[in-house]
Amino acid sequence: MSDTPDDVTADQVAPDATPEPEVLHGVPVTRRFGQRVAFPAADQLVELVRTLRDEGWLMCLDVTAVDYLTHPRADLPEGIEAERFEVVVTLISHAERERLRLRVQVPEADPVVPSLFEVHPGTEAMEREVYDLFGIRFDGHPDLTRILLPEDWVGHPLRKDYGIGSIPVQFKAPSER
Amino acid sequence: MTIAENPTNHHHDLERLTSEGAQEMAPRPLAGGVEVLRELGCVLRMSESEAEALEAPDDAETSIINMGPQHPSTHGVLRLMLELDGEIVLRTKPVIGYLHTGMEKTGEDLTYVQGGTNVTRMDYASPIFNESAFCLAVEQLLGLELPPRAQWIRMLLNELNRLTSHFLFLATNGMDLGSTSMMIYGWREREEGLRLLEMITGLRMNHNFIRVGGTAADLPDGWQERLAAYLESIPGRLEEYEALMTDQPIWRERLQGVGAIDTDEAVALGATGPILRSTGYAWDLRRATPYFAYDQVDFDVIVGSYGDCFDRYAIRLNEIRESVKILWQCIEHLPAGDYRLQDRKVTPPPRRRIDESMEALIHHFKIYTEGFKVPEGEAYAAVESPRGELGCYLVSDGSGTPYRLHMRGPSFVNLQVLPHMLRGGTVADAVAIISSVDPIMGEVDR
Repeated sequence: MSDTPDDVTADQVAPDATPEPEVLHGVPVTRRFGQRVAFPAADQLVELVRTLRDEGWLMCLDVTAVDYLTHPRADLPEGIEAERFEVVVTLISHAERERLRLRVQVPEADPVVPSLFEVHPGTEAMEREVYDLFGIRFDGHPDLTRILLPEDWVGHPLRKDYGIGSIPVQFKAPSER
Repeated sequence: MTIAENPTNHHHDLERLTSEGAQEMAPRPLAGGVEVLRELGCVLRMSESEAEALEAPDDAETSIINMGPQHPSTHGVLRLMLELDGEIVLRTKPVIGYLHTGMEKTGEDLTYVQGGTNVTRMDYASPIFNESAFCLAVEQLLGLELPPRAQWIRMLLNELNRLTSHFLFLATNGMDLGSTSMMIYGWREREEGLRLLEMITGLRMNHNFIRVGGTAADLPDGWQERLAAYLESIPGRLEEYEALMTDQPIWRERLQGVGAIDTDEAVALGATGPILRSTGYAWDLRRATPYFAYDQVDFDVIVGSYGDCFDRYAIRLNEIRESVKILWQCIEHLPAGDYRLQDRKVTPPPRRRIDESMEALIHHFKIYTEGFKVPEGEAYAAVESPRGELGCYLVSDGSGTPYRLHMRGPSFVNLQVLPHMLRGGTVADAVAIISSVDPIMGEVDR
């Protein structure tokens, strides 16, 4: 595959090979499989989502997170500092028939992201799920409690340093003859 | 002598007297005569006039009750905390998690070959869709382009599964609203669909038939006749349903205008699928962002106009007709060719090749022991499941297992509309509304 910009569409090139870095409201953007991926900072997130909503990105489909503890990823655009957690927000524009992914870096020491509840009330349950399973707190969320696990559960299971546990298996010694 | 005064009474917990006397009966020898008579029902706890005086003078006094998790109308293990003013529902809080089994965490430990068996159990009423979303995401990362026959077989199975899922909805919706005949009819049609799925995939549920790179096997001989017989039976049955329910005044009374939601609310709350379409918003991923071969078949997107329970019922009923339409086109136009990609690194070799080729044996062994490696990156793929947008967000670190597997379950997000729909309705309406949202708790809790 040649890397000249002429015969390579933006969809196919690796992010770092894009000729000019794309920007969306001052936020660096890359493309993955035809979907735009933006990398806002935590304090830019709510304003960006609000602006995008007014531009037609009407629905917030998904809020989830990834714990990059054991996988140093290389697909971040320049200027984005890799942190342990990443909150991933998926927006959809029905008019453009396109999805947009926002990836927010969240530091391990202070895992707090502003809540999108004011912009998209439908993120309420999803943010609670992320809080429950990753321990990332959402500032401004009306009811940030555990949603899937019992209230007295200790730890956040989808973190990479949370063991999956095991059940002891009973073995019988082969019968002696 | 009251229990508390009884010098022989050492049951201190019995001393917690309420305005209506002790909550628990003392052992027979300890209880006084009045207590025993109360137990026997000879003495009223309180006279009518006294009880009237107790009525809350404040109309705003409300009570909180738990509906579920074992209530049959909650479709499994959904618990709703309802704040009631008399019989009117004010506030609602869905409480979920009773079926949480950590499937996303489990998915991080299974290879991409095994992943299908895991995700297929999430939305157990429409397992094919889970597999489809998962495989689409993996294929995006691998950069695979599927042969047309594989796409069509997938589309066929998706629509067949949509039929069984919607029949399940019609059955449970009927049951929740007291139409037991509809329940039996719905199960009957669903069972026939499941038999077809069993003939094709080998299992009634949790098929793991859609695999990365295509499907697990080709369609069996004679599938056209079996499917055609099934499809021919459906329109007549749907007419029966229309007569039994749609045209029936009681049914309309129970559903029309109940649980109405408008487009703005649905969009703000992230609701997708029939809930969003019931508000008149024509958004269907099969039409909007065609995957598989949906751009080559003719079908309509069904929308409602009032966003009430009746619209959601009617949409699903008519989506069955559209699915039947698509399935007829599958029978007619299903292209010949390969049912899976012939890529030895991703799909296993045909069984007969294993006997004659060392290479094939090695590939087979590799795929079924350690799986295949997927290039580093992240992808999001979505399909239109019977309940809405079912998305799969996948992060790969270049190894043989997903680094992060997240399923965006439509039921999970759709549950958030419940407090809005239930507000101001009665408890009986709540049953109809929960039913019309059609949540599958396996997918909500994952």
